[in-house]
Amino acid sequence: MKRPVLILSGLLALCACAPPSMPRHTGVYLLVDTSGTYNHQVSKAEQIILYALSRLQPADSIAVARIDTGSFTEKNIIAKTTLDERPSTANQQKRAFASRIEHFIDESTPAPYTDITGGLLQAIEFLKEKDTGRKEILIFSDMKEDLAKGYVRDNLPLDFKGFDVVALNVTKLRSDNFDPREYLSRLDSWRARVEQGGGHWRVINDLDRLDGLL
Amino acid sequence: MSMSSLLAFTPWPVFSALILLTLLVTAMYLARGTAHQAIHALFSALSRGFRLASHAIAHGEARLAARNRDVLLAAGREAKERIIEREFVRVGDTVRKDLANYPDMHRRLSEAIIRIEEDQEKAVEVPPEAPGWARAVEAVAKLDARNEGANILADIHKSMVKAHGEAMDDYRKASAERHSLLRRMMPDWRLIQETLGRVNTSVESVLARSLTIDRHMEEYDAIVRGEDRAVTVLSSSSVVYFFIAALVLAVATAGAAINFSLIARPMAEMVGGTSFVGSFRTADMAALVIIMVEISMGLFLMESLRITRLFPVISALSDKMRVRMIFITFTILLLMASVEAGLAYMREVLLQDELATSSLLRGDAVAAAINPHLWITTAAQMGMGFILPFALVFVAIPLETFVHSLRTVMGLIAIGVLRVLSLLLRVLGNGARHLGTLGQQVYDLMLFVPLWIETRMAVAAAEEAAEEAADARVNVEAQAWQEAQS
Repeated sequence: MKRPVLILSGLLALCACAPPSMPRHTGVYLLVDTSGTYNHQVSKAEQIILYALSRLQPADSIAVARIDTGSFTEKNIIAKTTLDERPSTANQQKRAFASRIEHFIDESTPAPYTDITGGLLQAIEFLKEKDTGRKEILIFSDMKEDLAKGYVRDNLPLDFKGFDVVALNVTKLRSDNFDPREYLSRLDSWRARVEQGGGHWRVINDLDRLDGLL
Repeated sequence: MSMSSLLAFTPWPVFSALILLTLLVTAMYLARGTAHQAIHALFSALSRGFRLASHAIAHGEARLAARNRDVLLAAGREAKERIIEREFVRVGDTVRKDLANYPDMHRRLSEAIIRIEEDQEKAVEVPPEAPGWARAVEAVAKLDARNEGANILADIHKSMVKAHGEAMDDYRKASAERHSLLRRMMPDWRLIQETLGRVNTSVESVLARSLTIDRHMEEYDAIVRGEDRAVTVLSSSSVVYFFIAALVLAVATAGAAINFSLIARPMAEMVGGTSFVGSFRTADMAALVIIMVEISMGLFLMESLRITRLFPVISALSDKMRVRMIFITFTILLLMASVEAGLAYMREVLLQDELATSSLLRGDAVAAAINPHLWITTAAQMGMGFILPFALVFVAIPLETFVHSLRTVMGLIAIGVLRVLSLLLRVLGNGARHLGTLGQQVYDLMLFVPLWIETRMAVAAAEEAAEEAADARVNVEAQAWQEAQS
């Protein structure tokens, strides 16, 4: 009788001594630019959100937030959820999430300014709090930041360590057509900011080829 | 110290090198005997070591072969005992089934025979009575009266015809009775024939079984005596059983894998789909544990039924306890099979739910349409979920064969490996010995100059000695001649 007890105790001790397992879940934070002329691209964002939703597994987290004049606020989060561990419940949550997103797309109004940095800060906070193993920030924007007066976003330390930042559907502005260097330098500056913060930067403009995403 | 500094003790490096070479060769020449001894000792030691190791391994191989032989004979003896025991049980069953009714059969046969005897006695043919009228007719004919005699004869004739008719009627009646009696004997004859036929079949069956038992007993005797032929037969049988059992186990493993895929997904609903134990999903491990428990229950069931004998403890249990174990293990298996059928149904439901969600998220309305024949796959999955646990019960049989034959096969492989190792070490030992001789000759090769000089000097010394000896001989002969002359 003593022997099995000893073996079981040994196994329990081994389990206790084993290092805590790393989080394996994925966290996705999707920023949707609703400013000015980009607002009419929002319907395309729905496609991305639903795609991301379909790729998520139980216990993964997702949040969708809008980029407008002041994006560094919880109020900008349109919908967020952490999927249940049970697959059936997770499926129900996905369906509910999709319906909320549909509602948002229908009622989206254009914002006068674009605060991308504030949105990114919010995304970093959210995903760090969720403590997911894989952290993805998807930005659906033209990446042209236009801050309102009084909003300070210069030299803000953005900690992108362990983050994958993907810019989606980065459209060219009218001015970019006159001088493409503007578009390229805009993307380069964002790449530099992300990589300086320790993150990984990608750009996907072809929305029909989202296979590499998530 | 570098080579250039080594060659710098004279202004001419070549000269320095020559001096060094000469010194080295001289030193080597002086140390030649010791070096030869050292080389010989080193390689002899290596050779002896290898040969010793080879002997040790050969000895180990012999011991392993003896052990393997013992194991093989023991396994063969046990298997034969089981076969013979089973044959005796069969003979016993036959005797019990067919010859247990022998008293009844004997009584029926006796009754049938008595009935036949009685009927036969009754059926004895009675000859028709001889006509008693002949003398009367003769006497009447001798009477001396014309008309009276004719009348009497006519009356007699009439009476005779009448009597003949009655006698014929009686005869026919008696014949009919005899025939009916004989007809009545037919079922008895048939009964006797059938009964004797059954007895014959039973006896033939027992005889055939006795021949089989004789054959098995001969083989058993050969095994008990430890004959080489029996060992060879058992060894080859064991290898064949090993491969067959391995094949069946592979098939069973595939079945278990299908079973696993049936229940792994719905298990995520029960234990969560995201928790991990080490690098394995808890849901997968839970599904695996269920299958393992089913296989274990199957093993216990087979053991309780005495089909396999992997656990002596279960075999040694009392019959009452074994029957209890049979019921318990079968009930657990039935419950687990039902659970699996439910999980298989849940799997299909979850799959459909997931497909519907995916198609909704993709905006694909066509894919969301429900297949009207879906119930077929659902029923098939449920059926498989219910049947596979029972099918896995039979894994116990090939598993037992695999375990038993594994010992022999592993022994044979180990013997082969040890034999090859022993041969290799022996070859290495011989090689080391020859390498020692080669080393001495290579050493001498570097000393070819002093050795050549030594040889030349030895030859010169030998020639000088020969000349001196010849001179001495000539002198002796001359002296002897002079003495003879004088």
